Amino acid sequence: MNFVDELLSNPGITKALPVALLETLQMVGISGVFTLVFGLPLGVFMHATDAGGVRPMPATNRVVSVIVNITRSIPFAILMVALIPLSRLITGSSIGPIAACVPLTIGTVPFFARLVESALRDVGSGKIDAALVMGSTRMQIIRKVLVPEAMPGLTAALTTTLVTLVGYSAMAGITGGGGLGRLAYNYGFQRFDTAVMIVTIVIMVLLVQGIQWAGDAAVRRVDHRNAAGRTAKVRRPEPDTAVGI
Amino acid sequence: MITVTDLRKVYHQGNRDVVALDGVSLEVPKGSIHGIVGHSGAGKSTLVRCLTLLDAPTSGSVSINGAELSTARDQDLRAARRRIGMIFQHANLMDSRTALQNVAHPLEIVRTPKNEVRSKAAELLRLVGLAGFENAYPAQLSGGQKQRVGIARALASDPDVLLCDEPTSALDPKTTDEILDLIHDLTQRLDLTVLIITHEMHVVKRVCDSVSLLAGGRIIEHGRLRDVAADLGSELSRTLLPLPAAEPLGAGAVLEILYSGDRASEPMLTSAARRFNLDLNVLAGSVETLAGTQFGHLRIQLPDGADPAPVAAYLVEQGVSVRLAEKEAV
Repeated sequence: MNFVDELLSNPGITKALPVALLETLQMVGISGVFTLVFGLPLGVFMHATDAGGVRPMPATNRVVSVIVNITRSIPFAILMVALIPLSRLITGSSIGPIAACVPLTIGTVPFFARLVESALRDVGSGKIDAALVMGSTRMQIIRKVLVPEAMPGLTAALTTTLVTLVGYSAMAGITGGGGLGRLAYNYGFQRFDTAVMIVTIVIMVLLVQGIQWAGDAAVRRVDHRNAAGRTAKVRRPEPDTAVGI
Repeated sequence: MITVTDLRKVYHQGNRDVVALDGVSLEVPKGSIHGIVGHSGAGKSTLVRCLTLLDAPTSGSVSINGAELSTARDQDLRAARRRIGMIFQHANLMDSRTALQNVAHPLEIVRTPKNEVRSKAAELLRLVGLAGFENAYPAQLSGGQKQRVGIARALASDPDVLLCDEPTSALDPKTTDEILDLIHDLTQRLDLTVLIITHEMHVVKRVCDSVSLLAGGRIIEHGRLRDVAADLGSELSRTLLPLPAAEPLGAGAVLEILYSGDRASEPMLTSAARRFNLDLNVLAGSVETLAGTQFGHLRIQLPDGADPAPVAAYLVEQGVSVRLAEKEAV
């Protein structure tokens, strides 16, 4: 029997793998959406309340910043275990991909918020001045200047966050979340089934590559900052060095 | 009309106070273009930021058409700012918006109906000579085109006042003149009141009706362009009508003379030479038309031993400003 046939007859791959992949996609997808929903406003809030923001609130900013830092300094594996009661409270269960979305979201929101904050910081102050002189309200500056102008950076931040979520979801799998992490652990580590382990790794690599590729494509789509963008792809002629004198 | 009264701005840096504006007062009448010139560090940037309340002045007042800005808060301030159109050195356009969307930006803020926004923005782009560039992103435009979009955007809210912060300092000479002519043309067409802050005397010469010289946070000279230019020996006159350095020949007295208007066409130099039977030597000169008036600024040298007093008296009689130049200063 050759290697491919062996793989196709392995129940770990034919039966367990599709389910695991679906669970991983579920975890990444659901917690990705919640991370965006909570992390984007949090990042905007941190930027707006910072010194030089549209609404400086030094004390509040410091408190939020400390909370974010605390969450980020707890290793995810520990955070996940510590949050088991909360997962049970919210989802009614402490195992399964849905339950895992609670620690996944809480683990990545601060990370994403920091990335959002730094993307917003890259928006030139001159643009904000221009919007202020137009008579914009603070909310209009956030919605019409900060977020749209930072869109390439925000898209890249979301891509990085989704890739991080793939890794976190594998960790979550081991403590009961299911998914590819669980598969690799059960078959690869506990049953010494190297084939499943390798296939799982390959799928994870492809998944991450796919997210990164899609993310980069999205960044190019929303980035209008240089003339050689999507709309005006001008190929410069090669310099005439080949022509002899 | 822009009225600024005793504007002061003090920055606190650590333990010391830095006085950026030290009691600036100025008035720009409706329909005129006023230039504020000064070297770096004179307080120009601070003045612009205080005029729009981007920085709160320490004391003093800024009012636009009688509406007080310096004490206005939130909603009133936003309403007052909508009466001001502002042009920046680097245009400060939104990169994520097309030219049309950039011009539409101030209109969206006041919730103008969508179809009205589009037609008005397109009309403004036409006004600044950018018809056909509606869908171009700023990155696809040249510096001058970006500034035109900036001007169209500044005009979108039908402002009474146009505030220009170094509008041409990032542009080449040809584009500079095109942009200045556009500002001049729009000022007349839309009856705007314009304040241009710049370090380029060329800008003042080309478009301004009046000018203020800012130094050390104070306005040290100001007036109508033709008046300040005619004021021989003043800092502004010297920068408006600069004389190149030239070595005097021999030991003869050197006179600096300044004439304007009708005098410019009369051959008073040759008539003086004939009258006193002297050979007058022109060492340096600058002749320009400023605000529609011709000006001449000359440095002339008399022959060795000739008494400059009667020559000077004669020229003054002819309506020319004269002063005895210090030899070292030449």
